[in-house]
Formats: sequence, C-alpha cells, structure tokens
Amino acid sequence: MAEKLISKIPEGPLSEKWTKHKSQLRVVNPGNKRKLEIIVIGTGLGGASAAASLGELGYNVKVFCISDSPRRAHSIAAQGGINAAKNYQNDNDSVYRLFYETIKGGDYRSREANVYRLAEVSGNIIDQCVAQGVPFAREYGGMLANRSFGGAQVSRTFYARGQTGQQLLLGAYAALNRQIAEGTVTSYPRHEMLDIVLINGEAKGIIARNLVTGEIERFGAHAVVIASGGYGNTYFLSTNAMNSNGSAAWQCFKKGAYFANPCFAQIHPTCIPVHGDQQSKLTLMSESLRNDGRIWVPKKMEDVMRLRRKEVKPSDIPEEDRDYYLERRYPAFGNLVPRDVASRAAKERCDAGYGVNETGLAVFLDFSTAIKRLGVEKIRERYGNLFQMYQKITDTDPYKEPMMIYPAIHYTMGGLWVDYNLQTTIPGLYAIGEANFSDHGGNRLGASALMQGLADGYFILPYTIGDYLATQFKNPKTDTNAPEFDAAEKAVREKIDRLMSIKGHHTVDELHKKLGHIMWEYVGMARNEEGLKKAIELIRELRKEFWSDVYVAGDKDNFNQELEKALRLADFLEIGELMARDALHRKESCGGHFREEMQTEDGETKRDDKNFMYVAAWEYKGADEEPELHKEPLVYENIKIATRNYKD
Amino acid sequence: MDFTLKVWRQKNAKSKGHFETYQVKNISPDSSFLEMMDILNEQLIHEGMDPVAVDRGCQSSGPVSFDHDCREGICGACSLYINGRAHGPDDEVTTCQLHMRKFKDGDTITVEPWRSNGFPVIKDLVVDRKAFDKILQAGGFISVGTGGVPDGNTILISHETAEESMDGAACIGCGACVATCKNGSAMLFVAARVSSLALLPQGRVEAAKRAKAMVAKMDELGFGSCTNTRACEMECPKHVTVSHIARLNREFLCAKFKD
Repeated sequence: MAEKLISKIPEGPLSEKWTKHKSQLRVVNPGNKRKLEIIVIGTGLGGASAAASLGELGYNVKVFCISDSPRRAHSIAAQGGINAAKNYQNDNDSVYRLFYETIKGGDYRSREANVYRLAEVSGNIIDQCVAQGVPFAREYGGMLANRSFGGAQVSRTFYARGQTGQQLLLGAYAALNRQIAEGTVTSYPRHEMLDIVLINGEAKGIIARNLVTGEIERFGAHAVVIASGGYGNTYFLSTNAMNSNGSAAWQCFKKGAYFANPCFAQIHPTCIPVHGDQQSKLTLMSESLRNDGRIWVPKKMEDVMRLRRKEVKPSDIPEEDRDYYLERRYPAFGNLVPRDVASRAAKERCDAGYGVNETGLAVFLDFSTAIKRLGVEKIRERYGNLFQMYQKITDTDPYKEPMMIYPAIHYTMGGLWVDYNLQTTIPGLYAIGEANFSDHGGNRLGASALMQGLADGYFILPYTIGDYLATQFKNPKTDTNAPEFDAAEKAVREKIDRLMSIKGHHTVDELHKKLGHIMWEYVGMARNEEGLKKAIELIRELRKEFWSDVYVAGDKDNFNQELEKALRLADFLEIGELMARDALHRKESCGGHFREEMQTEDGETKRDDKNFMYVAAWEYKGADEEPELHKEPLVYENIKIATRNYKD
Repeated sequence: MDFTLKVWRQKNAKSKGHFETYQVKNISPDSSFLEMMDILNEQLIHEGMDPVAVDRGCQSSGPVSFDHDCREGICGACSLYINGRAHGPDDEVTTCQLHMRKFKDGDTITVEPWRSNGFPVIKDLVVDRKAFDKILQAGGFISVGTGGVPDGNTILISHETAEESMDGAACIGCGACVATCKNGSAMLFVAARVSSLALLPQGRVEAAKRAKAMVAKMDELGFGSCTNTRACEMECPKHVTVSHIARLNREFLCAKFKD
C-alpha cells in the first residue's frame, strides 16, 4: 500500500515549484463553487483562515468548534510572534534563509518543497494581517517592528506585545465573521466531531455531537478539512488548553488516513514549573523572553541548597557564581538556541542536581542585565503582560527576581500525513496547521506555528483543495441518509453508551493523569528502548482499566463535560501508544526526539541519516493490532545535510 | 486551606436554579480557582460513585459545569461571578488566573454564573455568549478578502496609535463587563472593537458604518444601555478602559449626524 504515500512534490527548481504547481492546479468556476460544500473542523489560525478564505471564494462552508465561540481556539494563546522573510531589518534575511533555518531547526526531517513554500508565502501573511487591522508593534517612524527568536540569526519575528496569537486569531475570526454575515459560512460552535464519514473511500461528511444538547448530528460535504490542532494533551500536563485534543485527527487515522511522525513532540523550555499535584495545566512564558532574559543556575551546589531553603534570593548570588549554561555551551546562539536544545540543557543541569526550586526542577530566566541596559520601562513595554502573568501565578516579581522556568510539552510536530496539496491519504480529506505533520520536522522553531497555520489557511489550501473539488461539482449534495452515515452514527452512539454504562471507580481525570505520568516518564524529554517498551505495556494496561473501570458522571443527552473528556481520553490512550511505538522504532535522536542510546559525547542529539531520513507514516490496522509503518523518503536536493551546530 | 463553597446549580436553560453548599479541604494556596473547582468536581464525582453517599442525599447534581479552556487568561472562556465580583477579588485577572492565596483559610465563597439578559444560562455556571459573536458579525471587521493587499509597510502607523489600538484589541470577549454592568450593557465590548479598528487607517474607512451596525445589533440582542457608571472597566481583566466608549460615542454620533 506504499503507493498511497505520493507526496506530489512538483518537479523543477525549488523556488519555482509552488508557482508552477499553482498554474497546473485545476480551478472551479464561480458558478460551480456555489454548489460545493466544505466542512472545516476547528477555528484556530488554520481553520478560521481557511474557512474565511474558502467562503470568500464562494464555496459553502460549515465550520465547527468545540468552544462557545471560534475565538477561543488555542492559537489565541500564542504569545511571542510570527516569522516572515520580509528583510525589513536589512539583516540579509530572505525566503531562502527562513527556509534553511526552518529545515535546520527541524533537524532535517521535513520536506524541502513544503518548507520553501511556507517561507515563500510568509510575507503575504503579514500584509494580509495588517490589512485586517492587526495592531502589530510599530517603530516610532510607523514601520513594522521585529524581534529575534530562537534558532534564527536574523530579526524576522513580527509581534503584537505578548499577544500575537490572539491578534492574528482575532484577524482571522473577523474575516470569518464577515463570511458568516454574508452567509457563505455557517458556524457550529459547541459541536465536536466524533467521526469522519467516507463514501466510496472519500471523505464526505462527519458525525458531530452537539455539546449543549447531547444530540448526535450528521453533516455532509464534498470535502472535509481537519484543523483541530495537536495532541500534546496526551501528557495531561501541557501548555495546551484544557480542551485541546487529538480526537478529530485520530478518527481520520482510524478510518485510514496515515499518521506521520507521532513521536515528534516539542518540549518548550520556558514554562512555569509544576507547583504540585493539584495542577491542571502548565503556563508558557514566551520564547521572546529569551531575547532579553539570560538563563542560569548556580555554579556551586551550596548556593543551590541555600536557594532551595530560601536562605538567599537569586539576586544575592554574585555574577561569578552563576552558570549561564546556554551561553557557555552554545556561544554562537547563546540563550537563543532552538527549543529542543534549550530544554535538554535545562534537564541536564537539573539532572545534575542544580535545579533551583524545592522540586529541583527549575532554572532561572533573569532580566537584570537587560533592565540595567534598557531600563524597566522598555522591558515593561516589551513583556509587560507576560511579567504580570508570571507575577499573578507565582506571586513573585520578575522585575526584581529572576523567573523560574522548566520545560513542558507544548506542540506536536507529528500529525496526519499530507501530500504537497495538504491532502491526507483519504481523498477529499485535508489537514492543515498543527493537525498535519509537514513543515516542522523533528522540532518547530518559535514563531513558526502561527506562520504555518495562516499559510495553510489563507494561501495554500484555498488553491489546492480546488484541484480536488474540480472533480466533484457534478456530484450532488452528499446524502446524509446514506448507509455510511447510518453506520458511523451507530458506532458513535455505541461508543458513548459503552462509556456511560461502565460506572467504574476512577474519574476520567484520574486516569488521564496516570497516562500523563507514563508519557512524561518514558516518552518525554529523553527516551530509551526499555522505557518505551514499558510505556507501550503500561498504556495498554491503562486502556483496559479505562474501558472497564472509568466512571463517567452525568447523562449523555445533556451538556456533559465529563463525557467530552472521556471521549477524548479514549483517543489519547491510543495516541500515546502510537507515539511510544514511533519513538521506539526511530533509533536515532533528532529534534525533540532524544534517544539516550544515540547521543554524542557532549550529550547532543545524534541523527542516523542513513537509516532514518524518512517520514514515518503509520497505517491503522484495527483495535489492538499493530499499525503498519510506511516510509516516505526525504530527499534534500538543495540543502547540504549537516549536523546541527549552534556552538560556533 | 479549607473553604465552604456556595455554588449555583441549574440543570438547563429552562429549569430553575439554586445554590448548593460544599466543603473543600487541603487546597494549596498556589492552586488556581479553577483547580479548586476541579478538586470539588472530583469529590462530587466520587460521591456519585458511592451508592451509600447517594442514599444519604450527599450528592444530587454531579460535577459542576463551568466554561474554561486556556487557563492562562487569554481565551476568554472562563467566567464566574465570585463573591459578587466578575472573575473574583483579584484585579486584572480572569478566573483561571485567580489563585487561592487571595482568599483566607476557612472563607465561604459564593460562585455564580454571569447574570445578564444577553447571556442565558446553559447549565450551572455555563452561559451562552453567542450574542457577542453576533455583534461582531454585524460589523466588527475590516472588509478585506484574502490576497491582493499592499505590503505591510505601505501603511504607516505611529507607535502610539498602534499601542492605543492594541489596548482595545486586547479584549478577550469574556463578558465580565456585561455581567458587572447594572444595565447589562455590552458597551465596553463593542467599544473596544470599534475603537481599536477606528484608530487605524485601515479601519477608518468603515468606522462610522461599523459603529452604527454593532450598536444596533447590541440593542437588538437585549443588552442594556450605558449610563457611564464605569463599573465595566473596573472589572475588565484586560484593563480595557472607558476611553474606548468615548471614542465609540464619537463615531456613533458623527454617523448619526450624517444620516
């Protein structure tokens, strides 16, 4: 079945591929667009921008989100910024440089052609957002301002205070609202997709649960777009929103869409450390803070102990007794190394015993040097809302004492396998944004998630989906009374009934926390063969426990958040296993995937390009059956493969 | 820390609600208010599992429903009227960022949903804020489609203007302003959007039309009118000020004079 993995990467020189491809894509004439229906799942940057753009083109769009409003999607929480190769700073940025740094940052595990296209349209995104009224930060002369971000040697990140994701999402949401008002898009808030419906092997609709009434509803279309984000909440504690989940993508996997590189999960270095077992989620402190913050732990163990006993304040530790370990280990990039590198370096120091809080799992992010250089006001203007957030959560003032931070799960690079057109292995089923796998390889650079979500939604999918829909306009509206819908709805109802009837002894959250512990322990920042095998075993046991002993409170025909959580956990319990399985098979270290068996003498990742330079695409083979691995080789025609080096 | 909670319970939009009293114990002062609510819910679910406890009448309505999502103060999903204040006793935070250290050990805490004509209760503490989406659909956008736009730097915007626009754009659409206003007015919410866009050259073009359309929709959806009590800005978790309302009024009046 390997022939399904046809990447459809166009021939020709890298810089001409997208232009050439666009000219060859079929288009649907305006009259026929009106006859075509598209379902979009999710309203983050990808989903909202896609739904709005498709509506503008004249398609009939139905857009679904699980929140009470499209504006709540978790893209809203992105803080630091969005990358674009505008070269406004005259620092020799270019499409090629953004492309190159993204491939390198991803540790050579993403597709050249996709990443180049992403860099190519990045500038259009900024123009689009400005036209929508996104209040990007401005210089005093009125020009757009930029800041630096990890993994980049130029300053290309556009931002709106520490709320860039919010502002970009409000832009896309406004475009969506305009289409809703015009009637091209119908919005279904508080609706959760519970299954995808295939007719003759093509995606033709969904089964959704109305989260207010509990009703199970059918929706038909000519194509379906999954923009439901990532699966980071498999770990229970993550920086994802509480309701973020992998279920929509997972149902597609179970209906035949391949799932690619599931083990590539990003652990973000700058999150507020865990305070105790009552904690429900982790809070990110933007990577942009690393522009002006310096990361350190004490050099002397006695200082560590005194800090833990709170006998001294961090600011009491003299400069010469501080170990600015990122600056020490990576002189060329210093505090701005990519996220995976910064996370592992923090873990290395904490494992060595130098963690600075009671749990021993924290390092300092210190602004005193920057405050001295720039003054408090400048720092407040750049990061005011982040400092306020930190103070509210931890009750300490980061203007006076350094922040304490620790790595946490933040983003998943893996996702549904898609070709160059962003189509999955199921015809008519597309995946965009974090829900697909294509652009970030083994590690995503900061400020690139917003870029990818909007690139896919505004500028790529609206072109590529036309190529498929051009074959569909002669087909009538999808009949939701078709037997395929009957079968899918029946399966959904049975799954819900089964969950409700277990009436066991464990709450959904208790079991989710157990899964989170297994994932963090064995499929977290450092992985090894023994641990991964153990994880698979433990997850399987936990899955049995879930299906025999979970207690789902309330009833199904009503607003019921416990049932929502249970349905999502049922999928996390399967996703976790696939992540462990993928991590086990990938016997190399690359990007966020660190296999302890594969490291250099100084503890850096050691890739195995000879054996693992491919996308691992997994095919579902049935419940409790082992999934089948397919490989899409990665071909680098333009970039010279090298070991990532952030030292010199 | 231990607390007594008086929580509003309401089965659905049609039924009548009531307060129920619960005890929670051993809450960490570092826990957020919603983490405390999670603990209450785990407790209520366990009581529901136990047939003896149910016989004693220990638990009648199961876990408490409340909206929440990002838990870092930006998505605007969480609401809650806590001890008579929207988002509780701390300033400039949402409920998810309110921490239990802001209360005293042994406190009794009253928890209610937003109460406003514009936001009917769906269940317990969950309200329907669709009206906000509808107001924005009436004109809370710049009429520009995807593609065909000029380079971002061709539109010059002064640093101060961009910052001022951002102050209004920071609104998270949580509805605290409506819940706090004695008239149930959505003026601050509407003004934040109108003013944020009107400040920018891109948004000026439709400023008058936008102001009229959004205010008309707000009135139509049953929100009250603004009587300048400024209670909204006191409770806004994102510090959106009534200066935006002044700007909205200016746009609105100018538009009306032209009619």
